[in-house]
Amino acid sequence: MNFTLKIWRQKNVTAKGEMVSYDVSGISADSSFFEMLDTLNQKLITTGGDPVAFDHDCREGICGTCSLYINGRPHGPAKGVTTCQLHMRAFKDGDTIFIEPWRAKAFPIIRDLIVDRSALDKIIQAGGYVSVNTGGVPDANTIPVPKEKSDAAFDAATCIGCGACVAACSNAAAMLFIGAKVSHLALLPQGRVEAATRVQKMVACMDEQGFGNCSNTYACEFDCPKGISVANIARMNREFLGAKLFSEKERVIKESL
Amino acid sequence: MTRLNARIPEGPVAEKWTAYKSGSKLVNPNNKRKLDIIVIGTGLAGASAAASLGQLGYNVKVFCYQDTPRRAHSIAAQGGINAAKNYPNDGDSAYRLFYDTIKGGDYRVREANVYRLAQVSNQIIDLCVAQGVPFAREYSGLLTNRSFGGAQVSRTFYARGQTGQQLLLGAYSALSRQIAAGTVKLYNRRDVLDMVLVDGKARGIIARNLVTGEIERHAAHAVVLANGGYGNVFFLSTNAMGSNVTPAWSAYRKGAMFANPSFTQIHPTCIPVHGDAQSKLTLMSESLRNDGRIWVPAKMKDVEKLRNKEITPSDIAEADRDYYLERRYPAFGNLVPRDVASRAAKERCDAGFGVGTTGVAVFLDFADAIKRKGHDAIDSLYGNLFQMYEQIVAESPYETPMMIYPAVHYTMGGLWVDYELMTTIPGLYAIGECNFSDHGANRLGASALMQGLADGYFVLPYTIGNYLANEIHTPRFDTASSEFTLAAQAVTDRLKQIKNSSGKESVDNFHRRLGKIMWEYCGMARNDAGLTEALYQITELRQEFARGVKIPGGLDEYNPEIEKACRVADFIELGELMVRDAQQRRESCGGHFREEYQTSEGEALRNDDEFAFVGAWEYSGRDAAAQLHREELQFNEIKLSQRSYK
Repeated sequence: MNFTLKIWRQKNVTAKGEMVSYDVSGISADSSFFEMLDTLNQKLITTGGDPVAFDHDCREGICGTCSLYINGRPHGPAKGVTTCQLHMRAFKDGDTIFIEPWRAKAFPIIRDLIVDRSALDKIIQAGGYVSVNTGGVPDANTIPVPKEKSDAAFDAATCIGCGACVAACSNAAAMLFIGAKVSHLALLPQGRVEAATRVQKMVACMDEQGFGNCSNTYACEFDCPKGISVANIARMNREFLGAKLFSEKERVIKESL
Repeated sequence: MTRLNARIPEGPVAEKWTAYKSGSKLVNPNNKRKLDIIVIGTGLAGASAAASLGQLGYNVKVFCYQDTPRRAHSIAAQGGINAAKNYPNDGDSAYRLFYDTIKGGDYRVREANVYRLAQVSNQIIDLCVAQGVPFAREYSGLLTNRSFGGAQVSRTFYARGQTGQQLLLGAYSALSRQIAAGTVKLYNRRDVLDMVLVDGKARGIIARNLVTGEIERHAAHAVVLANGGYGNVFFLSTNAMGSNVTPAWSAYRKGAMFANPSFTQIHPTCIPVHGDAQSKLTLMSESLRNDGRIWVPAKMKDVEKLRNKEITPSDIAEADRDYYLERRYPAFGNLVPRDVASRAAKERCDAGFGVGTTGVAVFLDFADAIKRKGHDAIDSLYGNLFQMYEQIVAESPYETPMMIYPAVHYTMGGLWVDYELMTTIPGLYAIGECNFSDHGANRLGASALMQGLADGYFVLPYTIGNYLANEIHTPRFDTASSEFTLAAQAVTDRLKQIKNSSGKESVDNFHRRLGKIMWEYCGMARNDAGLTEALYQITELRQEFARGVKIPGGLDEYNPEIEKACRVADFIELGELMVRDAQQRRESCGGHFREEYQTSEGEALRNDDEFAFVGAWEYSGRDAAAQLHREELQFNEIKLSQRSYK
């Protein structure tokens, strides 16, 4: 197969970027999208050109490193897959393909198609954990967890932290990402203990990092490679509101004493 | 040959770890604050170690090449994690897990380390559940187990087909908590390119900031390597693209011995290679073998018709199918260990019975299981794996058998460590896949996750204290010292040398060529003539690489080609050592199959009289042959026998 690629090139965060056109030919339909880009880069390297920088690692859809905005959609046209699992059979021979980085204020560009997503780490550091130490925990079967809750927690926990939800959102909101983590832990008895403080800390950090707010377009769910549901955003909002109201009530009670 | 002392505690094997912990030195909390530890890698071993050490109060610096610790390749482990909980009441115990691991490793593994691993396995499950890891549960709300990878008890805990992801996210969350608490500092997008020794002890590292290209110096009282395995020496493997041996290899060049480098695991159930542009291989979890049946056509005429697409697999009558694992190994059938299953697939394909367009694949068929258990039950067990397969191959395993073929998956070899997980360099530790310690010549399924977390959460935090207790009077190191300056200069010189090579060939091309040599001569089957040929070819490749590699871009910017070049240069050297190791081991054991040493039925033939040892290699300079040291293995608990799965 042959393709024309229009790729965003940008030397570093301060440089001015531009779309540059490349042709690739002789691509197998069974090749992955990255194998197609590998072919382009091999050609660029051996002909004295400048290879295109893009993030990728596991190439099996689980590490969340890859982050291409293809033809106006995070991870491209196929539903429920990451860029690394996208195969060239999803395109037509002769297609022109537009490839850009994730675009969000909280994700500054490092080079070409690579962005800095450490803002997502900061949000997890703000409270996306159960405060348990190594050692001194009860036997794993001490607390039964209803299967339905455990399964729902698992569904939320499958988020790979790629940031496609942010890239898909017109407000560059990270609420699906945070909603998934808040839900995963709030649904389990082990995470329930800190649920109220966790959601408040994570939301505060989200604002601090420059992510936008949710306006219910559901674009995030549509483009999430792991099918994380927007129900998790609703659960986060409920947790957040509950936590705020409860702390407000506590304050009133304390002041009245 | 007395240089290798594993320092195994005295006493019965079941009491060694307790005795060790009771007798080891402790560091008082006020002193922990004054001690710095560097951890390299944030997979299960590295993240769990960094989090646990930070929690204890040490000052920890953790390094990863990825943009965030959560992406380390432990994330891709699918099947599960073993523990001797015996929740199913089917007769499991720490002893049995120990026994199975030793036998599975084909008796090329140290008893004391494995027993400890089995002992701490239960604590791992407890901790992970407390962290919020959503393991699979029964309707009672209690945890469920499955049988996995050749075990006759159900001791595997799992989270659908994403166990590694969930465990890593647990460790990552613990690590994130320590980062927020200020006990751990994260250095992401860094390649660790060298170790710094002061007076013979590990005292720091040289790293390259992958974004800016800056060469950084970091000092510490101890250094922990958790940089994973080296399967990417084969170019095509199930490892992540960035997985590399460089930190461990730099330690080897500084004097840490490298043990059993030729022990690699070829996993039987991977998606076959599609063509020349292939960049990596995808594993299909071994759990599929619980319900899938592996076969190839029994008759050559069916093989040809299949390849010509005149018939489909379902057209082949039951009697004309060769369920070769069930035929050869009636007791274990499709559940034989990985090395045995892989070799059997190669045997059939070499004999010409392979399927698919390339003839290098076998069927993994779920038709019977779907009939027996129903579509929904199979979906709940393997749904995500079936989806993954369909995305890659564009065929549905519900309708037609999967096609699979073995691929490089895991490396049992690694840096030699003693009972405390310390390498032959004082103060330098190696944990997880990075060391050689717990799997011998073959790793059992669901044991890698167990080992990574055992080392990081429950072993290293004890053993490192025993060393650091003697370092409390050692002040923090100045990175302007001559040792750091020399090491940093050596790294800079090496980068410049690679960059200034006047060649035309890309790094990937060299890597691909190395992979072909390794797969051909040092893969699933090895023989003396082939290994000699491999040595010759690798030497040639190394020379060509030195003068012929082409690196675009500069050193002081984000430059993936220079990253890859450093890694591939090390892989070429490692490849040579692997071949030498495979050559010296004139026996077959586990994943190491020497064609000259097999039984009349084609099974691996060990030579316990001469080769019941760990082969640890010492670096002797760039152009000198490495020197082999032996750690003789003592088996006091387990009687050596030929592995039989018939």
